[in-house]
Formats: sequence, C-alpha cells, structure tokens
Amino acid sequence: MSSDTNDARQPSPVVLQTRGLSKEFRGFRAVSDVDLTVAAGTVHALVGPNGAGKTTLFNLLTGFLEPSSGQILFQGRDITGMQPEQIAHLGVARSFQITSLFDQMSLLEHLELALASPTGLGYRFWQSSKRLGRFRERAMELLEQVGLADRAGQDAGSLAYGQKRALELALALALDPTVLLLDEPTAGMGLEDVDRTIALVKKVSSGRTVVFVDHNMHVVGSLADTVTVLQSGQVLAEGTYEQVRADQRVITAYLGQAG
Amino acid sequence: MSEQLTARADLELAGEPVIPASRPGLRWAMLAVGLLVALALPWFIYPPVAMDIAAWALFAISVDLLLGYTGLLSFGHAAFWGTSAYVTGLIAINAGVPFPLAVLGGALAAMALAVPIGYLSVRRTGIYFAMVTLAFAQMVYFIANQWRSLTGGENGLQGIPKSFFGIEAIETDSFYFYYAALPVILLGVLVAWRAVNSPFGQVLVAIRDNPARARALGYDVERYKIMVFVLSAGLAGLAGGVFSISHGFASLQELAWTTSGKVVLITVLGGIGTLWGGPIGAGLVVVLEDRLASSGFNGVGIITGAIFIVIVLAFRHGIWGTARNGVAAWMRRRRSGAGGS
Repeated sequence: MSSDTNDARQPSPVVLQTRGLSKEFRGFRAVSDVDLTVAAGTVHALVGPNGAGKTTLFNLLTGFLEPSSGQILFQGRDITGMQPEQIAHLGVARSFQITSLFDQMSLLEHLELALASPTGLGYRFWQSSKRLGRFRERAMELLEQVGLADRAGQDAGSLAYGQKRALELALALALDPTVLLLDEPTAGMGLEDVDRTIALVKKVSSGRTVVFVDHNMHVVGSLADTVTVLQSGQVLAEGTYEQVRADQRVITAYLGQAG
Repeated sequence: MSEQLTARADLELAGEPVIPASRPGLRWAMLAVGLLVALALPWFIYPPVAMDIAAWALFAISVDLLLGYTGLLSFGHAAFWGTSAYVTGLIAINAGVPFPLAVLGGALAAMALAVPIGYLSVRRTGIYFAMVTLAFAQMVYFIANQWRSLTGGENGLQGIPKSFFGIEAIETDSFYFYYAALPVILLGVLVAWRAVNSPFGQVLVAIRDNPARARALGYDVERYKIMVFVLSAGLAGLAGGVFSISHGFASLQELAWTTSGKVVLITVLGGIGTLWGGPIGAGLVVVLEDRLASSGFNGVGIITGAIFIVIVLAFRHGIWGTARNGVAAWMRRRRSGAGGS
C-alpha cells in the first residue's frame, strides 16, 4: 500500500490547520485549544450541539474574529490575525449561518459583485457600473448551478428562505475558493432543497476542500469524509461518519440527546 | 472585531427601501428639467441666493454620498466646506487666478484634510462616526479661530475677488457670475452621479447594506469608506469654494457645527440615497431662510427645525423619496387598473 512514501502523502496534504486555537469572550471560552487539521480535497464536517463553538470557529478561520491564542495556517502559511477580505483573497470563502445578503440588489448584481472582487474593478468610481456586465455570463452559470437562474433579475430580499441559502452558496462559489466554508448550508431548507444542496456540494467539492457545519445528520452522512465533533469549544471526537457515530462519548454527548 | 460581525447598516435612515426609477426615458426627462431649473434660477430668484442654493445643493449631495449611499452620517462636513472656503479665498486674493482654479485648489485642500480625518473616523460606525467627525470639525474651527494672521479670526477673510479673465460682467454682476460658477457645481454633481452609478457605487451600497458580507466577498470596507469620504470632501470643497467666492468673504460660520447640522438637515429633508434630494432640500431651506431673514424675523432656526421635524415624521424618505414612491405606486395602480379593464 505504501510502496512509495511520497505517493502516500501526496493525496492529502493539509490545507487548513489550527494549533491550540482559543477564543474567549469575557471569561467564556467559546473555542478552547482546538487543533483542527483539514486535509486538502476532502469534505470535512463540524458537528456538535448548540453552543459547541462551531460558528465561532468559522469566524476565527475567516478572520471575522481574532483568536485569544493559537494559530491558523492556510497551506502552511500563518493567517492568524489577517482581515476577512485578505483571507477571502487567499482563497478561503465562507457562507453565513444567518442569511447575509444585500436585500436591495438583484441576484445577478450579487454575483457580479462577488466575481468582480478580485479584479479591483470596484475602485473605479469613474466608470459605468455597466462594466460589471462582463461577469454576467459566469454569474448566470453560477445561478444556474444553484437553481436560481430564472430569478436572476429579482431582488434578494424577495427570495424564499431556502433560495437565499442557495444564493449564499453561489456567492461563496463565485470566489472560486480553495477552501469553501459553509455555515449550515441546509438550515431551514425543505427536503427537496436539501438533496439538491447535497448534490451541489458534492459537485463543487471536486478540486477543492469543503468545511461545513450542519445539524442535519443525513447531510453530514452523505457528504463528509471526515467529521469533527465539538463540545463546549473542544474537540470531542474525530473520524469518519461511521466511526464518530459509533463513538460512545459522542453518543452520550450529542447523538444520544438527539435520538 | 466582533462588532464588525454584527454591525449591519447602523443608521435606520440609510437602509430604507426606495423604489428605483427604472425608466431611462423618465430619467433623461428629469435630468432635462433639473438642468432647465438650474439655468433659469437666477431669473426668478435673487442671483446670489440662487448661487447659494446651487452651492448648498452640491454640499448636500456630498453628504448624501456618505449618508445615503454608504450609510455614514458625517456631522463634521463643515470642516471641508469651510476649509475650502478659506483656501479658495486665500488663493483668489493672493494668486489672482480665475476663480474656478481657486475653487479647485480649495477642493484639493479639503480632500487632503479628509485623508487623515477619514482614516481615523471610518473605523467607527453609526453615532460614533458622527461624533468623531464632529470632533475633528471642531478642531478645524478652533485652529481657524486661533490662526488670525491667515484667516482673520472672527473678522473672517474679506475682499475675495471674483477674478475671471477680466470679464467685467462676471466679476461684478452676480447674475452673470452665477452662469460662470454653475459649471463648477455641475461638474461636482456629474462626479457624484458617475460615482454612484459606477462599480465603486455598487460596492458602496453593498457596504451600506451588509458590511460583513462585503468583507467576506473580499472587499476592503475601510479603504472604500476612506475613498468615498475623500471624494465627498472634495465635492463639499467645490461647493464651499464657490460659496466663498460668491459672497466675497469666508467666515468662521463656514466651519461651525451649525453648518454641518444644516447640510445634514437639507440632505435628509430632500431625501437620502437619491442625488435629487440635495437640490430639493437646498432650494427649500435656502429660500425659506432668505424669506424669513428679509422679513426681519430672527427665529429662522425655529421654523426650519419645526419643518424638519414634520417632514422627517411625515415623509420618512424625505421629500424626493416620498414623491418618487408615491408616483411609482400611482403608476402601478394605474397599470393594474388598466390590465383589469
């Protein structure tokens, strides 16, 4: 199996890693000494009961929160303390747990804006906003991908909840990230939309790494290569879905409560 | 950091939905009417007052660029209007250049001043941003008051000439001066219009509506805010420069906090998030103040304050925003009515 050591290592270099990562809010440790290792090209789920620190961890990874202590490495590079926009440019894109859109902009405008972000076009106050039209084709492709093409001209504020979640996903995809962080991508979705999202994440995960938080075990089971279980800000268990599901600590701490 | 995560549009006023005027034909018609009014103004209104309206209109537009399009309430914009008023005056007095050049110099000085002030203020949002900008404006006021040798202190800067290539009609007659200065104002309006209808303007609206999301998309929110702050200061500077040339003097009043307050009042009164609001508010307030002052009534502030309260309470989108929404709703009703019959 390991005739060549190089080959054995090549398939899963570490793309995202935290070392002793902690975040304290006025004495409350939301994330406590977390060592997380995300292998490149995998789909990695973070699960855990409410208040386990999943979203805080996401905010730390994307620069929206500054860690109290510890380090974050992206492709071996220390990104601790970087600003969200810098991390986004490096290739780590996120979606938000609470739907976070520009309510008065059309879907197409959302995606054009996301696609224009790395180009610096946004600074050109002397040019017509029609210039953003050059991203239209790619924007429509992305909308097509998440099943929103027929609503391209609509304002985001007028979308149903599940559709907003889909737009969130399209926005993160528009940045063509190396690592895609999805905070509860299927929260509040109907069954049909959940399955569509699973299929979509499967499709877009080829060639990139996906880290996601979800409470839906069906979603976790069908997507995740690796599952990390968090409890009270700490890593409780890690492994494949089957391993984690069989773990006695996890059953008592989390799955036991749910089932 | 954590407040940035939760900080959405901080000002309730800023994020209000206004139905956009989507018909290009209607837009050109409105533009033509606006231009016609600007050109005809000194025929109906005492020309120096017409000039005041034009200057305050551009000043209000500069504030709207921040308030309506970026969600930042600057309560210290007198710093830029006033600084330019003085610098324009000093250039006009000492260099003897045609007045548009002096105004341009004043605007550049205002922009230079806006770089450090913007850099230090944009980290704050909402009421804190307003307070920081106010504090800086008070500092500028204090410096101007102390630096008598340059500014004339309480006497102000007197005898600013309207030099314009020796054309006597323009230099002495306020009616002709209006037409020489109007292009400077219109240039400012054009810059504002271009900016809000540019990719930059689109990013500003994104920042206004959801700064955290804009950052997640890779936009450096602070840098955009500094840029629009400096741009806005430049427009306020153009307006302030024209104002001081038109009056022939620059006084401390131009730097006072009441001037910052008045321009916010004009902007909100006219309606924010629409470049038309500024001119409408300016026309109303300047004419009203002129009428009240010339009638010998000296409680102008009470009247404008009362009108402000009524309009903010009754028309939450300002005069222009309310009128536009009203027309749009009426057209929708008519269309659906016609479809039914």
